[in-house]
Amino acid sequence: MSETILNEPQTLEINFGPQHPSTHGVFRMRAVLDGETIRGLKLVIGYLHRNHEQIAENLTYPGVFAYTDRLDYLNSMQNNFGYALAAEKLAGITVPERAEYIRVIMAELARIVNHLLLVGFLLNDLGAFFTPCLYAVRERERILDIFEDVSGSRMMCNYFRFGGVKNDLTENQLGEIRKVVSRLPAFLDEFEALLSKNEILCMRCQNVGGLPKDLAVNAGITGPMLRASGINYDIRKTDRYSIYDRFDFKVPLGQKGDVYDRYYVRILEMRESVKIVEQAIAGIPRGEFLNAKTLPLLRNPRLFKPAAGEAYGRIESPKGELGYYLVSDGTPQPWRYHVRAPSLINLTVLEEMCVGQKIADAIVILGSIDIVLGETDR
Amino acid sequence: MDTQISEVKTQLETGLPDVKLRTIGNSILLENPEDLVRAAFFLKEAPAFRLDYLSSITAADYLDYLESVYHLYSMEKKTGPIVLRVRVKREAPRVPSLVPVYRSADLQEREAYDTFGIVYEGHPDLRRLFLWEGFEGYPLRKDYRQEDTDVLEIADIEWLEKHGVNVPEKFKTQARELAAAGKRALSEKPAQPRN
Amino acid sequence: MNHIENKSRIDPELRDEMAKQNIFITSLDFIYNWGRRSSVWPMQFGLACCAIEMIAAAAARYDIARFGAELFRASPRQADLMIVAGTVTKKMTPNVVRLYNQMAEPKYVLAMGACAISGGPFIDGYNVLRGIDRFIPVDVYVPGCPPRPEALLYGLMELQKKIDSQTFTKAEWYQKGLKREFPVPELGPNGLIPKFNPEIWQPREQDARKTRYGQTVLTGKKQKAPRLEPVAVPPPPAA
Repeated sequence: MSETILNEPQTLEINFGPQHPSTHGVFRMRAVLDGETIRGLKLVIGYLHRNHEQIAENLTYPGVFAYTDRLDYLNSMQNNFGYALAAEKLAGITVPERAEYIRVIMAELARIVNHLLLVGFLLNDLGAFFTPCLYAVRERERILDIFEDVSGSRMMCNYFRFGGVKNDLTENQLGEIRKVVSRLPAFLDEFEALLSKNEILCMRCQNVGGLPKDLAVNAGITGPMLRASGINYDIRKTDRYSIYDRFDFKVPLGQKGDVYDRYYVRILEMRESVKIVEQAIAGIPRGEFLNAKTLPLLRNPRLFKPAAGEAYGRIESPKGELGYYLVSDGTPQPWRYHVRAPSLINLTVLEEMCVGQKIADAIVILGSIDIVLGETDR
Repeated sequence: MDTQISEVKTQLETGLPDVKLRTIGNSILLENPEDLVRAAFFLKEAPAFRLDYLSSITAADYLDYLESVYHLYSMEKKTGPIVLRVRVKREAPRVPSLVPVYRSADLQEREAYDTFGIVYEGHPDLRRLFLWEGFEGYPLRKDYRQEDTDVLEIADIEWLEKHGVNVPEKFKTQARELAAAGKRALSEKPAQPRN
Repeated sequence: MNHIENKSRIDPELRDEMAKQNIFITSLDFIYNWGRRSSVWPMQFGLACCAIEMIAAAAARYDIARFGAELFRASPRQADLMIVAGTVTKKMTPNVVRLYNQMAEPKYVLAMGACAISGGPFIDGYNVLRGIDRFIPVDVYVPGCPPRPEALLYGLMELQKKIDSQTFTKAEWYQKGLKREFPVPELGPNGLIPKFNPEIWQPREQDARKTRYGQTVLTGKKQKAPRLEPVAVPPPPAA
């Protein structure tokens, strides 16, 4: 073999997925490799494109709730929340005080569930196969028990309604939530003792997949990923939707925007969520849990006919900004229904973050973005 | 009308006098889609607004025209949303791409192209996002007709026979009848809306 | 699911009695099936929501390891059982069928959740396959949206019963001319080509859903667009 052939740069194109153990579902990417270094990366998605928007445009407004559960199937409560906000904005429905508190409690519990699973799966991708994940899933099951108790389903809660929630919380259930939540700080301490200062985790995560500030803003990155890059933008603080302005919580920020920062921001967010839930349980007033005007909708959803107009409601979901855009034409079905999915838009910068890194790091970077294919592809 | 929207409108009118616009509800409609990039760039740079974050791009079908709706926020000032919209003809719809101004438009414009067929001119890599290359039609347009997945067509029969699958005679006759009538197996009966 | 009990010719009481004396007598069928059913290795293959419940089933509380099925293999070559957990879209179908073809005999398929069985809540979608049994044969159906981990475990136990009922001498994977690789469908201009494999699945004669609800959702049902501006003048579309 001559010298020239040996010295030529050789690139190799590699395909990941859609069936791959660490792509978090049916995600697929095509990487161009030079040795082990990534030179280019293209994502191919749509393997779970199940026509959420088309189906929703043929359903009644309350009927869409059950489908929003299946968008980001790790935290259905948050998806319900965003959709409820958008539709309530469209129709001008008010929500009673007690329902707002219940909503916040459920949404924050869902955030904890999501971050727990994310950290577990991220460690799976790092090679700590299933040990941290088992601890995370153990805590998750306790929270899912609460969800099942209040809504009837473990994962697909379908708990929110226009103008409130489906069921009231009993004192017993509130006590259960308090009990589960009070365990969490100790669990997180234990979890962090296992992970946060772990040599291997630090080596694999620090200075990997950095995301500069200006690119993060320009590419519309939201959620913990944006805050890990050091930008203080939390929709719970800026929009003050629902009753988030009544709670005292901090917004954790990262510095470098690498994988470790993204991991650590999520750990800190769980601690803040615990604080919010504790404050909400302490402050929950007595009263109605559903706006009395929307009671007929439970029996006959076709009565929900908002006047022609549009509304955009957004929340800070655990993945980022989850927005719902609704156009009504005065009939029981929405004319246009669009979901602004954080999982999809956060993938915009995947190539920039991966190029120049090693191939094993690409998996970790993907894991730290926190995508759920149900939401990415819809 | 929001105060912020009216402020944006007056600023736009003074800053870019040749851009024609009017307000619809709480949004600003740019009469000429070609002005979109200039308007977006102006709003991003204007010190009064600093709309540096494009949250969402939504395409919609209004039967007479297609629409592309942009929700802009400011991360720096924590304000928003400012809604911009442009309208284009259903036939050969063309909207300038916002990717040069906002990277976040990248995947969202591909999504809108995939489902509505709006061509975003200047997009670096405008391909179908969710569906595959070779898919015909734009499924979220109001005139899209789905196939009937229970009836085999002549292409299916040919494919199955090529791969050595025994096809019962009833499917073959059904497919031949369809082909002779020059029809595709489409969903005939519209579904009742369910609750 | 139809299956027959494994009829061993040894009296089970006698066998248990002898086992106490450390004498083990068994039939080849029994020990063969005992080995196979106690180590069903599923493929690590999650499609959608149900995959999360599958992970929950593998985790501490439900512990699928009690049934010998905790070894989720990433490679189809090493797996016995394919748990189709989640919505199979048309774009994903060729991959699922190819994975099934790559699995070594004997192989089983468990359709987990409403979507994998029939399309489930997403049956109306233009990109959703209405049941994986249109292309590959399914052994166990586990309904639910998503099924609870207990339901998945029950499905696994049903599969073990099916494995028990198969005899060594008549095992189909040792027979000549066995056709257990199915042609991989292609992506066509409107959906899949072919729409289903008539050797495995055929549409029902009477389809209650079709007559009662209509066949698919028509996006173009509405004929009048909403007017967002209160002005009466219709807006002319810009060039």
